[in-house]
Amino acid sequence: MATTGHSNNVINAKLVLLGDMGTGKSSLVLRFVKGQFLDFQESTIGAAFFSQTLALNDATVKFEIWDTAGQERYHSLAPMYYRGAAAAVIVYDITSNESFERAKKWVVELQKQGNPNMVMALAGNKADLEDKRKVSADDARAYAEENGLYFIETSAKTAINVNDMFYEIARRLPRAQPVQNPTVVSLSDGSAGQRSQTSSTCCT
Amino acid sequence: MDQEYDVIVLGTGLKECILSGLLSVDGLKVLHMDRNDYYGGESSSLNLVQLYKRFKGNETPPESLGLSKEYNVDMIPKFMMANGTLVRVLIHANVTKYLNFKAVDGSFVYNKGKIYKVPATDVEALTSTLMGLFEKRRARKFFIYVQDYDESDPKSHEGLDLNKVTAREVISKYGLDDSTVEFIGHALALHRDDSYLDKPAMDTIKRMKVYAESLARFQSGSPYIYPLYGLGELPQAFARLSAVYGGTYMLNKPECKVELNESGKVYGVTSDGETARAQKIVCDPSYLPDKVKKVGRVARAICILSHPIPDTNKSHSVQIILPQNQLGRKSDMYVFCCSYAHNVAPKGKYIAIVSTEAETDNPQVELKPGMDLLGTVDETFFDIYDRFEPVNNPLEDNCFVSSSYDATTHFESTVTDVVAMYSKITGKELDLTVDLSAASAAAEQS
Repeated sequence: MATTGHSNNVINAKLVLLGDMGTGKSSLVLRFVKGQFLDFQESTIGAAFFSQTLALNDATVKFEIWDTAGQERYHSLAPMYYRGAAAAVIVYDITSNESFERAKKWVVELQKQGNPNMVMALAGNKADLEDKRKVSADDARAYAEENGLYFIETSAKTAINVNDMFYEIARRLPRAQPVQNPTVVSLSDGSAGQRSQTSSTCCT
Repeated sequence: MDQEYDVIVLGTGLKECILSGLLSVDGLKVLHMDRNDYYGGESSSLNLVQLYKRFKGNETPPESLGLSKEYNVDMIPKFMMANGTLVRVLIHANVTKYLNFKAVDGSFVYNKGKIYKVPATDVEALTSTLMGLFEKRRARKFFIYVQDYDESDPKSHEGLDLNKVTAREVISKYGLDDSTVEFIGHALALHRDDSYLDKPAMDTIKRMKVYAESLARFQSGSPYIYPLYGLGELPQAFARLSAVYGGTYMLNKPECKVELNESGKVYGVTSDGETARAQKIVCDPSYLPDKVKKVGRVARAICILSHPIPDTNKSHSVQIILPQNQLGRKSDMYVFCCSYAHNVAPKGKYIAIVSTEAETDNPQVELKPGMDLLGTVDETFFDIYDRFEPVNNPLEDNCFVSSSYDATTHFESTVTDVVAMYSKITGKELDLTVDLSAASAAAEQS
């Protein structure tokens, strides 16, 4: 499966979003991918799969971003969701202690997947709502450092730190030597042939 | 959960997940529940610990078999025809982006104790060791007729109306031997018994064309493809589709009792003391045992090997069909094999599954002809499970119950059931006329 595949310095990386409902997961993606923000974003319907390409000095990173599609609500995210993920963003709302506590549970869930090379970021979203803040940045940063996460506070509404976060994740992705994976057939690219897939050994 | 939904789906097997996805895309409000804490129901793929727990009780797997989590052993082993109906459903529903497939290396047929690559084209007919010299030429002529057959071009029909003449009549026109007819019927047209011989030939000719076209599609040794990490990925992909279109997912829900009113119509489902309301429910047979009957049993042996199946050109993935008459049985036997190349086992390990419609109570004895093809086996799990079909009238009670998965090695009968259920539930036909070769790239969708 596409994990961090390299060819001509292009890294294909699956990135999954985690966090409780209403923390702004979809808004962060929408801001990053389309530069938009909607004040009353509906619960994710109809689209939960985005791609965005970032050009870095040493590589081009093509993110394949998976949103939870609401399956986090009753803890029914399928194993497929985590499968082959090279990066994860765990989102909480800085105005909600509960969402921060839940974020920690998501981190445990991710650690169970057992991919030591996965880049994990902890995003304290809604940073524009400073006057309603409940979770201190120091507490969150300390937790992140203990658990090997990259920490940043973001605002999908004002766009603060959103692109920075995705660029930082892209920079942290492993640049492992490519290993040729056996061919994977494509059912939908019209070529009706085989595409060869390269993949690093880092993620299973 | 105590709200009103359009449809409540119980069980996250493949059929239920496809229906849940299609109904959500149609704009219906769907609640999808499962009593298990994992996706897939009977069509899940198990890791090694789960496999031992299910079939060997308290025994723990030996270390020599490798890491448990690297196993994804299908409970319902099947391959997908590259141009078959399940692929059409995947493209129609646009879920191919969640899955990665690889071609299956080989397709074989059993004949007089040996296995042979299934010849599917005129060229392969001539090189096959399955037939004698003269028979090869006759088979080649028949294959050319099938390849050139075009329903809309009467010139290609050679004066035969395939909707009227039987398969037996068409085949006899080419003078084919019984053993050739056998592999054509069972290994190419994938019929489960010989009743097709006395039915109009059109169905058989179309099945042969699907086989040949599927074989040509990925230039592999078989017409089949298979998802990385096992078939358990398929229900998850359709569940995700349903969720993306607003479907609500709840796993680990105890009981899931279907509530019927005085006139026997469904009005909801109760779990944990809460009742979700809906006018229609869709479920697998286990959720409505009073509305199904037992129609058969499947015997299977799940085997872990450290080598490819002998005489299959070291294929990492392979299907072998053992036609009924070769074994003196009423139903065919199937061997399915996949390996670490499809991420269903640790490096160096192969999963082979021998299955058939059970005719006795002793799977060890019954499955022996298939088991004998495997060579040394590291570990075997024997099992027999019952197959059920619904007996209710869904137009009366609004309970749409799927049939259990059969022993066939492909998904054609699975999708037939799903398509029929979809029509009953919605009153609409499911249009699967997708362009198989030119479906749009899905990755850029937003």
